[in-house]
Amino acid sequence: MTARFAVGIDLGTTHSALAYSSLERAAERPRVLAVPELVTRSSVESRTLLPSFLYFATESEEPLALPWDEKRRFAVGDYARTRAAETPGRVVASAKSWLCHPTVDRRGPILPAAAPEDVEKISPVEASFRYLDHLGEAWKHVLGGDAPLAEQAVVLAVPASFDAAARDLTVEAAYAAGMEDVTLLEEPQAALYAWIDAVGDDFRKHLRPGDVVLIVDVGGGTTDFSAVQVGENDGALELRRIAVGDHILLGGDNMDLALAHRVRARLEENGTELDSRQFSALAHACRAAKESLLGSDLAEAPVVLASRGSALLGGTIRAALTRADVVETVLDGFFPVTTPSDEPVKRARGGLRELGLPYAADPAITRHLSHFLRRQAGASADAGGTMLRPTALLFNGGVFKSQAIRDRLTTTLASWIETDGGVAPRILPAYDLDLAVARGAAYYGQVRRGRGLRIRGGTARAYYVGIEGAAPAVPGVEPPLTALCVAPFGMEEGTRADMPPHELGLVVGEPVRFRFFGSTVRRDDVAGTELERIRPAELSELTPIEIALPAEGRADGEVVAVRLESQVTPVGTLLLEAVPLNPKKPDERWKMELSVRESPG
Amino acid sequence: MEPPPPSFFSRVVLALSCFFRLLFDPGFAARVLKLASAGEPAASPSEPQTPEPPAVPEKDDSPALALLAAFQREGRLVDFLEQDVEAFPDADIGAAARVVHAGCRKALRAHVPVERVRKEAEGSTVTVEAADVRAVNLTGNVRGEAPYRGTLRHSGWRATSVTLPEGTPGHDERLLFPAEVEL
Repeated sequence: MTARFAVGIDLGTTHSALAYSSLERAAERPRVLAVPELVTRSSVESRTLLPSFLYFATESEEPLALPWDEKRRFAVGDYARTRAAETPGRVVASAKSWLCHPTVDRRGPILPAAAPEDVEKISPVEASFRYLDHLGEAWKHVLGGDAPLAEQAVVLAVPASFDAAARDLTVEAAYAAGMEDVTLLEEPQAALYAWIDAVGDDFRKHLRPGDVVLIVDVGGGTTDFSAVQVGENDGALELRRIAVGDHILLGGDNMDLALAHRVRARLEENGTELDSRQFSALAHACRAAKESLLGSDLAEAPVVLASRGSALLGGTIRAALTRADVVETVLDGFFPVTTPSDEPVKRARGGLRELGLPYAADPAITRHLSHFLRRQAGASADAGGTMLRPTALLFNGGVFKSQAIRDRLTTTLASWIETDGGVAPRILPAYDLDLAVARGAAYYGQVRRGRGLRIRGGTARAYYVGIEGAAPAVPGVEPPLTALCVAPFGMEEGTRADMPPHELGLVVGEPVRFRFFGSTVRRDDVAGTELERIRPAELSELTPIEIALPAEGRADGEVVAVRLESQVTPVGTLLLEAVPLNPKKPDERWKMELSVRESPG
Repeated sequence: MEPPPPSFFSRVVLALSCFFRLLFDPGFAARVLKLASAGEPAASPSEPQTPEPPAVPEKDDSPALALLAAFQREGRLVDFLEQDVEAFPDADIGAAARVVHAGCRKALRAHVPVERVRKEAEGSTVTVEAADVRAVNLTGNVRGEAPYRGTLRHSGWRATSVTLPEGTPGHDERLLFPAEVEL
């Protein structure tokens, strides 16, 4: 089957969405699929956002029927999100954050984290698969069975900060959903594609050669930075993604929670205690109140929590969110005015650490941003300053619906750049902060077929394998570790890295583990570069990689001399292979496993 | 439009053909009998008809119940209407009204978005053309024919579309809101 549609999927931490455009009709703009989902246990509505939640029914519950399956025992979407507040142990949430968690077994049954014994836990990969599967079923229900989703050209958006293993696992979920033609795209790039699609040919008026576009993407659960350099080649504009930020587990949900903590403290002072249900309703109410305060001059906005019983009058709790709450918590807490040299706070803070996920220790997005810009000072052609100096700014994510938050980030960024001798960046108008990633991913599906301008960039990191030196053992001193670059920064899809011969000895029949590192700043290393020292500021350690040589044709325990080879597949995943120097059969090679079961320590 | 009655000659031809059909087609005879006893014009005799009386369409309450359930779920409307408000001070009623307002507004906009019938400002003088009379309630000194001129007291509402939640097969549509038991 040849694909008839380019499909873009935003598999978000809190929401997923799907957009599609025809590959048969030229230049068709992406449309967003209205996804049928359960909104109560017995009613279905079609919505453009599918909450990324999965609820498991009990044995005695009636089936959670969908138009295409009357016997279903689980629910994905809005009803599952409702259940997350009502019975958290039976609901999988934030699967995506677990998917990039470096120290858990991401293929192991770990979700829901607090599941009762009658819930069969699933892995973060399977949760992602279930969300994709729901989208596939919805696609069939809405558009008919002529062109199954699995046969379309699917572009899956992933955070730019996802490492090779998390990208691999995302593709694994897509394959499990039967998708054959899958490509990965970084979310901030998708947002930029959506902008290009919305502006149309006029985008050339907004961007000039020499521009650096900073994309700040703050989703429900993650914050992602990317920089795209605008260049020129033979009179045509060229876009190149030159830098991405670290993975920051911090998003709009944290802001609502922080406000809810503040209001709860005030209620408790007055003797009103809230249970966990009411607290989650409070976070929801705080979001609405926050948006109303940030979008107006009001001094305060009421926050009301309906009683849990049917007596609404008398039992309803009334509180208020004040302008000071929002300014101090959201603006000054998450977007404080900082100087470019402020470093993100490293120590853990209470309130942000829940569920065992490695939430960012510092909620200040501005500090994470200045850290990113300083680290990436050398990324662009403009070498004048002490930081990467973007000339244009594109916002993405629902948080930026608020003008006050956009203004705060814009003025703070402008002051840094002006202090550094640059010019304040222009703001590129964002058109659809919630659905841009899905739309942009569908647009990229067209671009891959040669329609429109492509953002180049390749891998966002250089990758290194840790190799222990053969130094004499000294008690109390770890053997020296060198880092061997196996995949350079910016490796394009569908390319191989030429490794100079570097012999490694692998033992047949037993899995061999290597420490694995990534760097978002070492741009000049080529495959084969050896780093004598591993500086944590440059190289961050990833989940170890593993290789197991099958015994076939060789004796157990035999040491085989191999060299490593790397390639970036057309899908966009990193493939590391060991090739024996003396092959026993033609084209003998073994794949290295990127995300192995972790046993930390 | 009713077709004009057939001419005398056509009626003679029809009478003769009917005479023979009445004799040899019992079904036709039954239908003519019904027509004669009702004394009402009915469907033409040549049109095939089912012998049973047409089934009365079953009353479908589900859209109304689905909408009410949505108002309860989002905005606790049934809770509010079923509670006795007399005993409570306005501050309590105000707090509850915020719950009902925020939730029901969300449900209204999701399921039955509305627009104003008249776009003019309330209180302004408007002209009601003959074509618009159906959507306007004329009050006060009402006389003569359209166009009418008067003061717009209420701009009116019209549903622009209706998108109701779809009930899953076999669900109890009268269950507006389940009871809750915390374990």
